[in-house]
Amino acid sequence: MSEYTDRDAAGVSVGIVSKQFFTFARPPEEIVLESGARLGPVTVAYETYGQLSPQRDNVVVLLHALSGDCHVAGYHSQHDLKPGWWESMVGPGKGIDTDKYFVVCSSILGSCGGTTGPCENNPASGRPYGLDFPVVTVGDMVMVQQALLEHLGITRVLAVIGGSLGGMQALEWSVRYPDRVASVVALATTMRHSALAIAFNEIARQAIMADPNWRQGHYYGGPKPDTGLAVARMIGHVTYLSDEAMRRKFGRRLQEKKDFSFQFATDFQVESYLRHQGDKFVARFDANSFLYVTKAADYFDLERRGGAASAVESLAAAQARFLVVSFSSDWLYPTYQSKELVRALKKNSLDVSFCEIKADCGHDAFLIPNERLSRLIANFLERVQREISA
Amino acid sequence: MRYDLSIIASWIEPGSKVLDLGCGEGDLLHFLEQTKGVDGTGIEKVEAKVMRCIERGLTVLQGDIIEEVQDYPENAFDYVIVSQTLQQVYAPAQLLSLLLTVGRRVVVSFPNFGHWKNRLQVLCYGRAPISPQLPFEWYNTPNIRVVTIADFKRFIGKMGWRIERETAINTDHHEQHGNVVRWRPNMLATYGIFLVSGQGRRSGAKQSS
Repeated sequence: MSEYTDRDAAGVSVGIVSKQFFTFARPPEEIVLESGARLGPVTVAYETYGQLSPQRDNVVVLLHALSGDCHVAGYHSQHDLKPGWWESMVGPGKGIDTDKYFVVCSSILGSCGGTTGPCENNPASGRPYGLDFPVVTVGDMVMVQQALLEHLGITRVLAVIGGSLGGMQALEWSVRYPDRVASVVALATTMRHSALAIAFNEIARQAIMADPNWRQGHYYGGPKPDTGLAVARMIGHVTYLSDEAMRRKFGRRLQEKKDFSFQFATDFQVESYLRHQGDKFVARFDANSFLYVTKAADYFDLERRGGAASAVESLAAAQARFLVVSFSSDWLYPTYQSKELVRALKKNSLDVSFCEIKADCGHDAFLIPNERLSRLIANFLERVQREISA
Repeated sequence: MRYDLSIIASWIEPGSKVLDLGCGEGDLLHFLEQTKGVDGTGIEKVEAKVMRCIERGLTVLQGDIIEEVQDYPENAFDYVIVSQTLQQVYAPAQLLSLLLTVGRRVVVSFPNFGHWKNRLQVLCYGRAPISPQLPFEWYNTPNIRVVTIADFKRFIGKMGWRIERETAINTDHHEQHGNVVRWRPNMLATYGIFLVSGQGRRSGAKQSS
């Protein structure tokens, strides 16, 4: 996600922030995961911005996507070159206004943002979990997020907001803890992965597992499966863009040459761009985490949740107001998938607003600074706050 | 607000559930929420208008009205409003019977093709009428259904539905002001506004399926 983050043009930011940690589920009180496996202790890395109101009624929970983490906005130090992944949306006077709301974001379970995951130490063995880490689901991630909120003394939140895999978590929140969520903002997301989405994830996972350095996931302390992870990122990145955006950005332009090299070095700009994205990603992400998190996304299925027969049945538990936004050029989670969600919400007579934003930058459009999206979310939050305090 | 919308607003009972089809920038819904505390939902096709509605704090879905209206449970709304849209719909009978399923009552407003100025244009020049209410040429008009107040009343009777209220109005050029037309409305009114309820809607639904 970091490829879109940049310093705020007007210099508005939450400033210097720091990651915090909360540990719970210490044996013998481990959490029981959806798979039946037990896990503990669990450490959650999180950041907060803004002030919690005395009534504790201004909480906005942000849910990050596949490659994100709890560092949403601001800088960890004065020397930080890049702010958090949603600097354009979160801050004083921004779409999610930290002057008004107490914003919480935690790194998801199974990833590598400081929350317990395959790259963290397994207290039982004294070395990183690797593949001994149990397979986790979106439901498990949300359960851990709820534990953090309980720890922070928050019983009800104004909104859960997420895009992509973060949107899935937001939807899960709405049915798992219906009385704790006043509203849901689901951006560029889906109720379940299509075969196409699963296929791309599987290709990416195979790229990692085919890397000889992967060694069944126990590569910590030795050379890492960087090539596999970089290829996985390149595949993923293409699915986040769009034909239109790639034509505009790269076309068939060559990279620093006038003619083909007639070798397998980089010829096209798009090749160079993807290699660069792959290399950058390897420096900040863990290959095993990529396996776990993509698997969780593939498993997520709101239509069959808990043995339900349909999305309508699953969402019958929800009470929140919903804002669903899709992007016209998103071919990973196309608009029709958001519309299916909207349909199921309508059939449950739930309050739902839906908008398809015209954008040519594909799935990642929700991460790119967008004045209209900011205004949309700002006004939606204001309305929800007005309604629940009325 | 448009004069026809203010008439419609006066018909809506406070605190009711309202669906506004083709809600534009949400003027009517916003007014109804502010003054009557209704629980409103709008459907609008144009992205910019949808954004504007959501920014105003309204519940709005972007999409085609005929598609979007299908997914609601029976009697989900007390009122469904179709203002100045019916004449643009390919299958108005089907749409109305669907609306009478998702809503207890339907408010319909449309430009009256029977207005004397329209009649005169056909009679004197033999040409399709163009007026402030119907400003298009035959080749670019979205108003594909030529309907007069008299036609509409006949149609409702034929479908076995009931007209609970009706008002015919004359509006100024900007449609912000107007007056109610009581004498010979089919000749003198620029718009007809009707409150229709679905008595006998089962037979209506059958007819259209």
